[in-house]
Amino acid sequence: MGEPAIKLGTKRSSTFIDKVKDLLPEGGNLDLCLTCGACSSGCPATGIGGMDARKFLRMAALGMDEEIQQSPWVWHCTMCQRCIYVCPMQINIPQLVFYARQSWPRDQRPKGILGSCDMALRNDTCSAMGATEEDFEFVVEDVLEEYREAQPEFKDMEAPVNKQGAYYFLNQNSREPVTEPDEMVPLWKILHLVGADWTYGTKGWAAENYCMFMADDEAWKHIVEVKAKAVEDLGCKVWLNTE
Amino acid sequence: MTPDWNKDLKVKFTVQDPCQLVRKSFGDPVAEDLRYVVKNVVGEENFIDMSPNRSNNYCCGGGGGFLQSGYPEERRQYGEAKANQILATGADYCITPCHNCHAQVHDLSEIREHPWQTVHLWTLICLSLGVLGENEREYLGEDLKNVAMYGA
Ligand code: SF4
Ligand code: SF4
Repeated sequence: MGEPAIKLGTKRSSTFIDKVKDLLPEGGNLDLCLTCGACSSGCPATGIGGMDARKFLRMAALGMDEEIQQSPWVWHCTMCQRCIYVCPMQINIPQLVFYARQSWPRDQRPKGILGSCDMALRNDTCSAMGATEEDFEFVVEDVLEEYREAQPEFKDMEAPVNKQGAYYFLNQNSREPVTEPDEMVPLWKILHLVGADWTYGTKGWAAENYCMFMADDEAWKHIVEVKAKAVEDLGCKVWLNTE
Repeated sequence: MTPDWNKDLKVKFTVQDPCQLVRKSFGDPVAEDLRYVVKNVVGEENFIDMSPNRSNNYCCGGGGGFLQSGYPEERRQYGEAKANQILATGADYCITPCHNCHAQVHDLSEIREHPWQTVHLWTLICLSLGVLGENEREYLGEDLKNVAMYGA
């Protein structure tokens, strides 16, 4: 047997979807759905908790604000944009999901994401794991020293920190310096062998930005600004973020 | 870089196109660059693409904060599409050129008792250059733990 039919109320004048439409270029095309199902048929989140992309959009269009804003599915859609890519009308479902995330009271958003975002806001490294400027510099120098000694071909290898005017500013996910520092080395080796002019920065080195996943606009903007400033202060030309 | 180390071993590789890098940023051209590098590292005959791929690839389920959001069951349910794609290639290794992808694809393999290994691209580039040392092989399987060892 199918699911029970959804009961429809009269559509209210200002709904969640209208607010999102006002925020997006072309209103995110949110009114143009043909209900073809291309989005949900190619979405790995389809069916999790009985929700899918097309259903989510239809419910929004019908003004079922409470249901969609409370649905934990907004944390199961990864905002990967495959649905827009295949949608004949380029409907921006992931942005709808983003703003639905934003409508959750901040302290009720998933603890892991919240904790990682708040941690990153705590100091200028932007590390979601709380690694400080000193921690990072110490680990990089320590690991570099060890490899220079143990591997003769790399005795001149560098892993510069705060090198003024380097061409590339390289970000690093916190996981390596904090939990598996040896994993930084292959990348250093490649950069060394191709003769790249690069640097890390003690400020803004962490690649991750959980505040964006949290849909906390103020916070993720702050994180991006701290990192961009770090790149500019060192006068680097290219900012490489491997996330 | 040379794929010579894999000429006789014939270890098979597939690659995960990260949504962030490919679909959401640079599109199919960067997916081609990625394949160019991968084929030169592992040998063209040892590369098997998953389907769908490039800009049309499925997200692995590690993105959007899913890894940290405290919904492991739902995350693994999401990842089933990815696991099936990888299994269908029959590859021994899935190369993941993104952090989130690495963590998620590794977890998807772990809960299935490792039908494939999950490896960073930088590891394989160094392997093919002959400069990958002993302590940089965390994510290589037993089959490659000693292959083309630096300094040996
Ligand atoms: S692919 Fe686009 S048009 Fe088709 S159902 Fe999904 S949102 Fe609607
Ligand atoms: S953005 Fe969300 S809804 Fe769209 S395909 Fe990806 S997971 Fe599915």
